[in-house]
Amino acid sequence: MSLNVESLVESPLAAPRPLRLIDDTGRAAPPDEAGGLTLPDPDTLRSLYRRMVVARRFDVQVTALTRQGRLATYPSALGQEACEIAAVAALGADDWLFPTYRDSIALLTRGVPPEQILASFRGDWHSGYDQNAHRIAAQATPLATQALHAVGLATASKLKRDSTVALTLLGDGATSEGDAHEAFNFAAVWQAPVVFLVQNNQFAISVPLDKQMRCRTIADKAIGYGMPGYFVDGNDVAAMYAVTSAAVENARAGLGPTLIEGLTYRMEAHTNSDDPSRYRDAGDLEIWRRRDPITRLDTYLGEIGVLSDAERADIRAEAEDLAADTRECMTRSAPVDPLELFDHVYATPRAALAEQRAFLAAELAEHAAPSDASTTAGPITAQTGGTR
Amino acid sequence: MTLHDTAPTPLRAPVTLTMAAALNAAIQDAMRDDPTVVLFGEDVGPLGGVFRVTDGLYAEFGESRVSDSPLAESGIVGTAIGMAMYGLRPVVEMQFDAFSYPAFEQIVSHVAKMRNRTRGRVQLPLVIRIPYAGDIGGVEHHSDSSEAYWTATPGLTVVSPSNPADAYSMLREAITSDDPVIFLEPKSRYWAKAELSLPVRTAPMNTAAVLREGTDVTLIAYGPTVKTALATAELAVAEGLSIEVIDLRSLSPFDDETVGASVRKTSRAAVLHEAAQFGGYGAEVAARLTERNFFHLAAPILRITGFDIPYPSPKLEEYFLPTPDRILAALGTWEWN
Repeated sequence: MSLNVESLVESPLAAPRPLRLIDDTGRAAPPDEAGGLTLPDPDTLRSLYRRMVVARRFDVQVTALTRQGRLATYPSALGQEACEIAAVAALGADDWLFPTYRDSIALLTRGVPPEQILASFRGDWHSGYDQNAHRIAAQATPLATQALHAVGLATASKLKRDSTVALTLLGDGATSEGDAHEAFNFAAVWQAPVVFLVQNNQFAISVPLDKQMRCRTIADKAIGYGMPGYFVDGNDVAAMYAVTSAAVENARAGLGPTLIEGLTYRMEAHTNSDDPSRYRDAGDLEIWRRRDPITRLDTYLGEIGVLSDAERADIRAEAEDLAADTRECMTRSAPVDPLELFDHVYATPRAALAEQRAFLAAELAEHAAPSDASTTAGPITAQTGGTR
Repeated sequence: MTLHDTAPTPLRAPVTLTMAAALNAAIQDAMRDDPTVVLFGEDVGPLGGVFRVTDGLYAEFGESRVSDSPLAESGIVGTAIGMAMYGLRPVVEMQFDAFSYPAFEQIVSHVAKMRNRTRGRVQLPLVIRIPYAGDIGGVEHHSDSSEAYWTATPGLTVVSPSNPADAYSMLREAITSDDPVIFLEPKSRYWAKAELSLPVRTAPMNTAAVLREGTDVTLIAYGPTVKTALATAELAVAEGLSIEVIDLRSLSPFDDETVGASVRKTSRAAVLHEAAQFGGYGAEVAARLTERNFFHLAAPILRITGFDIPYPSPKLEEYFLPTPDRILAALGTWEWN
């Protein structure tokens, strides 16, 4: 008997449609597309709308700063605002967020000031905000590693009988990493109060999702781990919020982890050093522009009469103020102290590091301009401390 | 906070313990003293670990503090990171040295760097126990000496006890340390016995110990090779050679003070390890001792190590491991005057 390989890999299931509450055109989706989800109330939707508009303005501003050469890099989340903002909106103050490098607007939405977000992208330090105060882990660059941290923190919360939930953001490419598999499995086995929100923006830098996996959806993988999985329209913030907040509350109630896939699209390049024209069809960009998460909610809220032009103007003003603040913070000098390099490596002081610190201090003193004695006393700026 | 800051616990009556039992007692006492200490890994629960280091702990502390995890080392270390971020002190086990490699990224990119990348705001007080090195007749992947991978990584504290007293004391200290500790347990020494009055206290874990004083040569060893070094020193007496034996105990940090003082006294040094020579830990020891003590040295510092080959199969490991004879022969290659 010959083995029919095709019959093994072809799924007997039809390609699923993502759950959604508001369709591309800004109208309420029919019940069969909503999968039993309840539309958030108008005040919640207006709040989500406001946060998406502000976040996009920030993202556009930071991309512009990067193109001006003022930041080393910036991975944009333009077009992915519904996933990012829904994730943050679903979390309580005591919950923890485990973001990636692409999730800066989630940080912004959870209250991290622009200057602290940009600290890493302009090269001040690897992570520029207070992780404990915001309950946001340092943005992870190695893929899927942070998902395990989220599972561990959630498990610790469970062991301590706390109500803290962890939510981790992942990309579609990251689901190929072994750590993603281990995180899904550990979370399910331990029934950890954790939510995995995969933003399927369909490209891992240049590699499309069909080169990452053979199954229908990322959400389908949840079945294999024994946890619920939801395939959601990632550009419909109403659906993303409904699913994510339900998953967070289920986790809090002791019902274990949930895997959510938000189907979305990365409207910008991977980073400023990427050229999407080499791997993406320009026509796709137009298709996804018509599915824009902000435009569709704007239409919906306008049509149900809860978003006035005055409020739109108010939100735009808030966004412009934030953009101005963001530009302004880049003009402030950001002193870095080379001697701080040695301060955060170990809790227990080391003689060898003290020696190396003294070496660098002597080198800096020697290089400091003799006529400008003040530079040796105060913090040394990046410019004067640029000796290597 | 280190163990030295805690209130002294009354000494218990002396008992004869293996190193495995001393490690077991250290974890047990740490868990009794601190409810935030949790233990997990592969087979550490009801089985008590493949070397029985966690024997009885599941029965005493229960599933919430002692648990068998899924069989995935990156997952074990990665989740331990999250637990440490939330105020627990996880003690995790990599079942064998070579099985720690799936956790390499979590250890190097996160465990080692978390304090630094968060500018000191997030610390990871966790212990990664790794049964390591050979000389137990193990099949492949069960006898690796992986220390150089960890010592080459800033942010990690790497220690290895060579005897039951240090095993207990250093593990207690590692668990209370606010730095992440790679705790290398020499498998060939698990069954070494000593009479101990627990909770035994030895020198701080970041210091080296002079185990035997000598005047002619400083022989630097750690973990599994300390026993070999002591045996060599004993044999050397008959040859009229006085060997000072140093047990490094801590590989990172390196105790320049203790080792340097010995080398300046004897003017000759050799470093001993099971791991391959090229790029091995002995290269760092030889280089830094030479840099700091060159004008006190009468001869180049020797590295007496495993060959630059993968760890051999059981019938061949005796040819791989440094022996007292091989060490004495190596010391004989120096010009003595």
